[in-house]
Amino acid sequence: MTETDIRFTIDGQACLAKPGQTIYEAAKANGVYIPVLCHFDGLKPVGSCRICTVRVAGRYMAACTQPVTEGMAVENAVPDLEDMRKALIEMLFVEGNHFCPSCEKSGNCELQALAYRYQVMVPRFPYLWPVRTVDAGTPLIMLDRNRCIQCLRCVRGVRAKDGRKVFAMVERGAHLTVEVDRKLAARLSEEEAREAMDLCPVGAILRKETGFAVPIGKRKYDHAPIGSAVEKGTGR
Amino acid sequence: MAQLKDIVPKHPKDPAALLDVVRDVQAAFGHVSEAAIGRIAEHLGLSEAEVRGAVTFYHFFSLAPRGASTVYLNDSITSRMKGRTAVARAFEEEAGCRFGEVSADGAIGLFPTSCIGMNDQEPSAIVDGVVFTSLTPDRARAIVRGLRSGTPAREQVGPLGDGANQSDLVRAMVVNNIRERGPVLFGAHERGAAVRKAVAMAPDQVIEEIKKAGLLGRGGAGFPTGLKWEFCRREKSPRRFVVCNGDEGEPGTFKDRVILTELAPLLFEGMTVAGYAIGAERGILYLRSEYAYLRDHLESVLAGFRQDGLLGRHIAGKDFDFDIVIKSGAGAYICGEESALLESAEGKRGEPRDRPPFPVQKGYLDEPTTVNNVETLAAAARIIVEGAAWFKAMGTPQSAGTKLLSVSGDCERPGVYEVAYGLTVADLLEKAGGAGAKAVQVGGPSGTCVPPAGFGRRICFSDLATGGSIIVFGPDRDIFEIVENFMDFFVEESCGWCVPCRAGNVLLKKTFEKIVKGKGTEADLRDLETWGQMIKCTSRCGLGQTSPNPILTTLKGFPELYEARIRKGEAFVPAIDLEAAIRVGCAAANRQPECKESLYD
Repeated sequence: MTETDIRFTIDGQACLAKPGQTIYEAAKANGVYIPVLCHFDGLKPVGSCRICTVRVAGRYMAACTQPVTEGMAVENAVPDLEDMRKALIEMLFVEGNHFCPSCEKSGNCELQALAYRYQVMVPRFPYLWPVRTVDAGTPLIMLDRNRCIQCLRCVRGVRAKDGRKVFAMVERGAHLTVEVDRKLAARLSEEEAREAMDLCPVGAILRKETGFAVPIGKRKYDHAPIGSAVEKGTGR
Repeated sequence: MAQLKDIVPKHPKDPAALLDVVRDVQAAFGHVSEAAIGRIAEHLGLSEAEVRGAVTFYHFFSLAPRGASTVYLNDSITSRMKGRTAVARAFEEEAGCRFGEVSADGAIGLFPTSCIGMNDQEPSAIVDGVVFTSLTPDRARAIVRGLRSGTPAREQVGPLGDGANQSDLVRAMVVNNIRERGPVLFGAHERGAAVRKAVAMAPDQVIEEIKKAGLLGRGGAGFPTGLKWEFCRREKSPRRFVVCNGDEGEPGTFKDRVILTELAPLLFEGMTVAGYAIGAERGILYLRSEYAYLRDHLESVLAGFRQDGLLGRHIAGKDFDFDIVIKSGAGAYICGEESALLESAEGKRGEPRDRPPFPVQKGYLDEPTTVNNVETLAAAARIIVEGAAWFKAMGTPQSAGTKLLSVSGDCERPGVYEVAYGLTVADLLEKAGGAGAKAVQVGGPSGTCVPPAGFGRRICFSDLATGGSIIVFGPDRDIFEIVENFMDFFVEESCGWCVPCRAGNVLLKKTFEKIVKGKGTEADLRDLETWGQMIKCTSRCGLGQTSPNPILTTLKGFPELYEARIRKGEAFVPAIDLEAAIRVGCAAANRQPECKESLYD
């Protein structure tokens, strides 16, 4: 412990945080897993999926955007919060069209991995079966909006050389959807296209002309649930 | 005919100009074409996807043509109660198209819109930027015929309303309906007195006076105004901003419209006082698009202030420079949320920000900013003149002063009432002539639906807090119809950023509808409650955190209505009609299912 360290607790467990760290970052550094989905290390957090919702002094907040303060008592893995998180995962499943068996991202998909971790069997919500479109009009990537969870990772992380955003959100509310800028996307390099696909937590952004490249058994979440690495203290 | 090449380059090559460019293009062409998207993106250095993102976020912008003339008919519950259905039908018959469409000749586009702030004179519509109030089917037909025969909307206005609505700069049919004038907003005020008195004090003294008065934010959230100003002043920064939230979008509220029409000088004095207190040189009035008809009037008040040394350099002869600009919205309820308003003022999609940092730390252009409601700023100006003790003596200990209420619905005297905090719902019904009310909606859809048993409750921050929207529902009104209209409103106006608000409200509404249709079970009723609470707890901003209130507060106030609709004792009733669902398939296969019975077991 250094002089500037901030003392706080997660579910009663004493933890230390560096000034400026969010609850999520500090938890991770202390070996405590707080589930996240829209969050991606290195990108500005946006608190859109709300799966990292924690409670501090009776107030609900997103762990990915809330800085830790001295003496904070964070409630994390408590039954009612865990059920809310599970409900949010279920909302995402019924809000889009997610057919895991036919999806190239299966086994590497963070939404699917969270559903396994939270043992989602049948969503408590009615399916909405929205009509969503696929945009294959760019040379290297395919955008399948059926699987998009509007996490804004691509909006935040994929930029053209001049800094312009390659992806942007259009419409609002239940019609909110992601759009790819055809002109800018046409100029993406092979590597940038691969990075865009890896940034996407689900199978909404896919690299064209390749698929199912990683065999079952070698995929990201084939052997241990999402979050295990944090809990073992080996990072993510 | 306007040309893109004349419109776009007039604006600075700055992404912050995005909404201004789009507004001009929309006004000139009735939509924002693909060609326009490309040109705007190039001019501002944005991607085309981003430009499309901003256009599609705001209700009054559109990628598809909306007709040579466009009718936006208010879809609030009060509009419906006052005869919207017949007016809508008249518009459709005369235009030859349905709402949501443009007529085949391209002359008329018909679109619904959320509450336009005219709830005391419904049904109302905005036609080519011109407000038409108290519409009848005959008037609707006449408007369309006039537009088709070349008479622009502005030439069809009449009769004109009262007060400043009659002035040459406004010329609106809107009436103020000022039913009760209180001492704070409508008390005698000498123009410029607040500014002159404030600049003679130290900024800290001004803040202290507002704190002592106990002024709480009038937009509904009730944050102490003096404290907000103090936080903002304390931030180390060379630049600070005062932003006035003139985006009252809560269905049923229209009190800021009356202040902007009749008391604009008081508001601008309040903004100047705030600017002096926090150390800002610039104020921004964010004016909702629905009130664009007041813009020329407001600009002329500002010009008068500059002429009289109440704005500009060395105000009232002191070493204090301050000026105010007006920025327009474009149709989005969420922009009434202060951080979304700031995003919009910066020319972006009006999506709320994460807090911290709060606007007082990082607000407009990431500089310390105080965002205050129209009424709050007007009241602050009066406090400076009359003193904190005078203000504190009115209202209740926790809720000092008066509140301007917008009353509409089933009552004899709809309009605005400036009343001391602490009056009961029953007192208000008495004033407004709302005898026999079945329910009173306090605080609009995001507020509380109060049943008669609660008419003794008080309107104040510690009981029924409200931004000012009060809608009276008479004895024959259907509570479920009201709830459905409110939930449609939230689903329409959610920005979609966070999951619980975007998806949760759709799911909540679906289950609510299932119950209303008589297909609900006791489990569905429990789901309404738990899902509603979940959306409140996990949503990112005030919209989502209050959006389940229409359902939750009626579950509490009118449980018997819900109980009567559900199928008691049945464990599961499917939401879908199985027979109807397989009808198309059966017809295509030309056979009926053989195991029909078992489908329903």
